[in-house]
Amino acid sequence: MRRIDPLIPAAIALVALVLGMPALKPLFAWMFPDQARPLYEQDSFLSLTLDHLSLVGISSAVSVVVGVAVAIFVTRPSGRAFRPLAETLTAAGQTFPPIAVLAIAVPLLGFGPLPALIALALYGLLPVTEATVAGIEQVPAGVREAARGIGMSPTGILARVELPLAAPVIVAGIRTSVIINIGTAAIASTVGVKTLGLPIIVGLSGFNTAYVLQGALVVGLLAAVVDLAFDRLGGFLGRWNRDRVAKTA
Amino acid sequence: MVKNPVLLVLVVAALAAAIVLSFLSHAPNRLLSGQPVPWGVVLEGWRSLAFAPALVLLAGPFLPNGRITHGLVALAASALIAGMIWLAGDVARSMADAAAPAARTSFGGAFWILAVMAALAASDALQKLTREPALRIGLALLLAVPAVFLVADGFIDALSIMKEYANRHAVFAAAVTTHLAIIAAMLVPTLAIGLPLGLLVHRRQGLGRPIFAVLNIIQTVPSIALFGLLIAPLAALVAFAPALARLGISGIGVTPAIIALTLYSLLPIVRSTAAGLAAVPTAAIEAARGIGMTRGQIFRAVEVPLALPVLVAGLRVTVVQAVGLTAVAALIGAGGLGAIIFQGLNASAIDLVMLGVVPLVGIAVLADLALKLAGAMLKARTG
Amino acid sequence: MIRFEHVGKDYAGWTAIEDLSLTVEKGEFCVLIGPSGSGKTTTLKMINRLIEHDRGRILFEGAEIRSFAPEELRRRMGYAIQSIGLFPHWTVEENIGAVPKLLGWPRAKIRDRVTELLEMLTLDPERYRARYPRHLSGGEQQRIGVARALAANPSVLLMDEPFGALDPVTRDTLQAEMLRIQAASGTTVVLVTHDIDEAIRLASRIVILEGGRIAQSGSPREILAAPANDFVADFVGRSDRGLRLLAAERVGDRMRRGETAVGEPLTVDASLREALSLFVARNVDRLPVQDGSGALIGAIRLADLVRPPPSEAAP
Repeated sequence: MRRIDPLIPAAIALVALVLGMPALKPLFAWMFPDQARPLYEQDSFLSLTLDHLSLVGISSAVSVVVGVAVAIFVTRPSGRAFRPLAETLTAAGQTFPPIAVLAIAVPLLGFGPLPALIALALYGLLPVTEATVAGIEQVPAGVREAARGIGMSPTGILARVELPLAAPVIVAGIRTSVIINIGTAAIASTVGVKTLGLPIIVGLSGFNTAYVLQGALVVGLLAAVVDLAFDRLGGFLGRWNRDRVAKTA
Repeated sequence: MVKNPVLLVLVVAALAAAIVLSFLSHAPNRLLSGQPVPWGVVLEGWRSLAFAPALVLLAGPFLPNGRITHGLVALAASALIAGMIWLAGDVARSMADAAAPAARTSFGGAFWILAVMAALAASDALQKLTREPALRIGLALLLAVPAVFLVADGFIDALSIMKEYANRHAVFAAAVTTHLAIIAAMLVPTLAIGLPLGLLVHRRQGLGRPIFAVLNIIQTVPSIALFGLLIAPLAALVAFAPALARLGISGIGVTPAIIALTLYSLLPIVRSTAAGLAAVPTAAIEAARGIGMTRGQIFRAVEVPLALPVLVAGLRVTVVQAVGLTAVAALIGAGGLGAIIFQGLNASAIDLVMLGVVPLVGIAVLADLALKLAGAMLKARTG
Repeated sequence: MIRFEHVGKDYAGWTAIEDLSLTVEKGEFCVLIGPSGSGKTTTLKMINRLIEHDRGRILFEGAEIRSFAPEELRRRMGYAIQSIGLFPHWTVEENIGAVPKLLGWPRAKIRDRVTELLEMLTLDPERYRARYPRHLSGGEQQRIGVARALAANPSVLLMDEPFGALDPVTRDTLQAEMLRIQAASGTTVVLVTHDIDEAIRLASRIVILEGGRIAQSGSPREILAAPANDFVADFVGRSDRGLRLLAAERVGDRMRRGETAVGEPLTVDASLREALSLFVARNVDRLPVQDGSGALIGAIRLADLVRPPPSEAAP
């Protein structure tokens, strides 16, 4: 018997929970009998999920584009001098708690989604840059030299050798970045951004554990589904690379 | 010609920030947003001398690379940060004399960016000066002494962030204590569970996959969600066994915080324990067996010391992560520096936010440096 | 010293050692050799119980090895391996002193022993004592590995391809040192290798293993002169056998004392193979021989390599 990939039931559960939360109202009413409003109904979970995903999606897209570009720059001969600085920044930057970045960005840039987006994009940049540098660095020197030897241009080596071979490591960095951003986006509800963190924050300040549970379930499941999806993507890229290496060997 | 492009970029970025943003801002009271204090006021008279070290940094990119240049740049960066702190304190004092007592002077964006650029310049110079990580960390701490001294000695007490501190220094001290106590308390179950689990994963290879799969999913769950998910079950548990409540256990507060932090910390600890043990050279273990060491002796004298640097690296990740997560735990009533930050965010009082954020980042950076130093020293011994 | 009596060892589904009987006498330099999978390493590791045998008995100094605790047995035997396995977090001194420390020697005695061993292995004690393994070359590391194995004056030294990973020049030096140390200390050595030239050079007795059984056992000369079967003949090299035979004998055994010759002299310790090489290279059929101190003591003729010269009574 083949084992079912846990990604599939998790994704189905996520969709069912996001769309069918109102149907669970009797269940929450039973679980929390003291609660007059056992279901978070100020916003639909679908709209919260979409808001959450667009905040994470846009900020991560910016992180990936800028992060990969920075990493490519500091691994080229012209940018080598900046590599220690980039490494210091990514290492030191990641000791900054995400909540601190959010807390600084919002008062400086004002409340609302834009400061949160900038904070998320900036913070998400660090793992992407770090992983891309590491991924490009681990390309064997012999492979790079062989590519030069057969007459590939520097751009050709980057696009056809370095980036494809670094892809699994880069994807791992993007995965870390996206997962952190999903969590930070949830906290962004404390500064007035509408995300899946909102039911949790509202529930916590109003002593409504039912709201907290509903928000936590959806955002936790969302993170797990995204993580599993990245895991499959990473595994696929790894196999793809290995197959190609095996074929050339 | 440009000898140090990195420093040049930092200098240009700092200059751009100085032009666009304000060094200090001034507001009639803490709830109104501040107006920039013009550079003309900031640099009035002798005060501008505080910026003298900046001249070295401006010239730095064009000086020949060498120990003397790098040393000078590092010292100038340290002096500039201290100078700026002194300058901000001095301006704030003179403005406070004139204005109403409720008026507030705060650090502006330019101050923070100049300080960060100077710190990066110092770090870049130290990196070029020595490859020895332990020495570098030691020098970095030494360079931070003047700035810390100025803050500790009250030179910037007239600034808004220090007024916020003065207003609630008892709350602040309690918050820092709580924050550190939660992290310390989290380490007990983390190590008690994580170390044996890491050993188990190392000894029984088959267990690695399922254990890491579970720990990884836990790590994935957003902190605020995991804190939230623990409330209902813990509350139910306490309702079921009220004796637990007398032990201080409840659905909100420190209990769920420590449980959640432990759950998050298991992944880096288990992973680094297993990775550290796996990195012990098999030849060393075979030789140890061959010369007649017992299993216990091999574990204590060979495996543990050789695995320790990797484990310390995992501990560093764990602690730095926990510093930030503990701040989020304030949302479920665990207290700590997060409480100050969220209070500031609710009141839109940026200096109150900063009063929470600056020590939060400080604790994270210090923990990171201390454990990096410990790791480097261990690594120097094991090679 | 060590005695195998009908020893057998099985791994899941196959027999590594079938029915091995072998006695290693005190002071012997016994080299186990064979292709991979022949059971040579298994045989070695059964002696100090890194691998437990399934059938038969193994005796160490007359007592069954199972009557010792494994750790105690191992502490009485030296052990050196190809991958060396120095403890990277211990200094040279701590590495060499590992077994004496396990045995509870006093600190001063360990220190003296370390000094003695470093000198014996031609390493300056004061320069090397406090160094960490990562600061040593491969050859220096293996010297320390050998010193660690010898530290507690073991009655047997077990070596598993100790020189296999070294470059040819370093290997040659260490082989010479090993011979000198073994001659001086009289330690019984059991060494595993797959290099027949190393075996011929070091062994007082070669044991050739094939498929978990002894194909032939004897002195290098015996084996080279009369291979027991085709396998051994192939193993010692059909076309090179004569040259290896020459390698197994010293110039001193065939020289003519008192005779003189011109040219750069050979030393008495040189092998006949080196002598042949010189005859060919110099295009001569007669070479002078000197002793260790450099004094000329005789000569050797090309024909002497094939047939020993008529004894001392020569012209």
